[in-house]
Amino acid sequence: MKDFFIKLASLNRTVIYLIITIGVLLPLVVPLNLGQKMSPPTEHLYTFIDTLPKGSHILISADYDPSTLPELQPMLEAIIKHAILRGVIPMVMSLYPQGTGLGIQACEKAKETLGARPDTDYVILGYKPGFSAVILGIGEDIKKIFPTNYSGIPLDSIPAARGVKNYNNIALVISLSGSSTPLAWVTYAYTKYNQKLATGVTAVSAADFYPYLQTGQFIGALMGMKGAAEYEYQVNKLLEKRGYEKAKSVFAVRGMEANSIAHFLIMLFIIIGNLGYFLTKKRREA
Amino acid sequence: MLQKKIPLAIVFIFGVISILQYFVPHPLSQAYYDTMLKWMIGVGSMAIFLALVSFIRHHQVRLKKKEHAPYSAVALLSFLFMTLVGFIGGMGPGSVFQKMFYYVQAPLQATMFSLLSYYMASASYRAFRAKSFEATLLLITAFIVMFSVTTFGNYVPGVPKALEWIMAVPNMASKRGIAIGVSLGSIATSLKIILGIERNWLGG
Repeated sequence: MKDFFIKLASLNRTVIYLIITIGVLLPLVVPLNLGQKMSPPTEHLYTFIDTLPKGSHILISADYDPSTLPELQPMLEAIIKHAILRGVIPMVMSLYPQGTGLGIQACEKAKETLGARPDTDYVILGYKPGFSAVILGIGEDIKKIFPTNYSGIPLDSIPAARGVKNYNNIALVISLSGSSTPLAWVTYAYTKYNQKLATGVTAVSAADFYPYLQTGQFIGALMGMKGAAEYEYQVNKLLEKRGYEKAKSVFAVRGMEANSIAHFLIMLFIIIGNLGYFLTKKRREA
Repeated sequence: MLQKKIPLAIVFIFGVISILQYFVPHPLSQAYYDTMLKWMIGVGSMAIFLALVSFIRHHQVRLKKKEHAPYSAVALLSFLFMTLVGFIGGMGPGSVFQKMFYYVQAPLQATMFSLLSYYMASASYRAFRAKSFEATLLLITAFIVMFSVTTFGNYVPGVPKALEWIMAVPNMASKRGIAIGVSLGSIATSLKIILGIERNWLGG
């Protein structure tokens, strides 16, 4: 038995990769349908958007590129759908050039599945270089930073953008990012303009953002694939209630099931690795 | 000599004015602030252009080295192809540019990031050992966090609370310490740049 564990502790890398592949693929092929329970940071964001008055505006900044798409894109899609269902107008922008394409893709999905109308139910602002200058500039006058929407239509003539001058007219800013970009929003939008903020981040950087949740600088947050799955699941329930079955998405929910299995496998590998380590150490000492 | 003195003078003058501007609520100060924001966006756009030039020059050099040549050729050809496609067919919905982005670039980048799970599994199996008290503590914490971020974690009593405590107490204490240190470092570095003590940005 001891020898078995020692051998197991020196598994070839290829075997580990193969087990992980099977573990990730299995729940994607055979869904586990586990359901998702909202954690407090997700619930706070969901409730905030859910209770906004109709016609309110939220600014979503897709501050990421396709490398973090599996975790962040479902967040963006779910938030846009939720806002549109509640009559809240999402304005989608990006501080990353590639985030624009991902923002457009998410809005297109809402258009196809919910019948949302561009420039009436949502606005795509696009990308603007300058980073901190963009965040600060929106606090002064959004039209100076984005004189037109992504398609070149002046913001003044877009019904959904009417009445939005600066942060005073934006109920919430959500920065979705795989880096520390949401902290730039805290530094410039929260500190200077007292703007309400929320964030959606990759699991690997989630621990960095907890201090800002505790201080209330972020009113809520979606932490990695788990946060995305929880939000998506909740929005799916709302879509079902409203009769939009086709608009339901299970990308994050399925992804989270695969993620959970991968986590369990990694935990198992750590246990096996440690068992092998201790048994080998004992044998050497004997 | 002037090559260094002029940029240093610009940084000093605008650095000091920008600090003062923050505390002066005068229309003139506001006008300066608005102008600076426009300039920052303009400079940001120029930085993108510079990045493109740098990208082309970097790969031009690598093309001459046999071992790097194939990769640099792919990078340059892809760049040229996307530029042409964008200029000729536009970047609107349904365009070739957009399709290339959604069906080639996005899956490629997402795949690269996803490969991390393999390395993490392999590395944790080989390196995550309970060799000391500190390592054991880290291992136990990692186990609780890993389990609690799975779908099952929320359904086991006590696990979400344990995660909340780990994140809100030990994690937050260390993160705050790091954040305060980084912020003080940033302030010190900014002041050194404004005062001309730190000159690395001038190219050494």
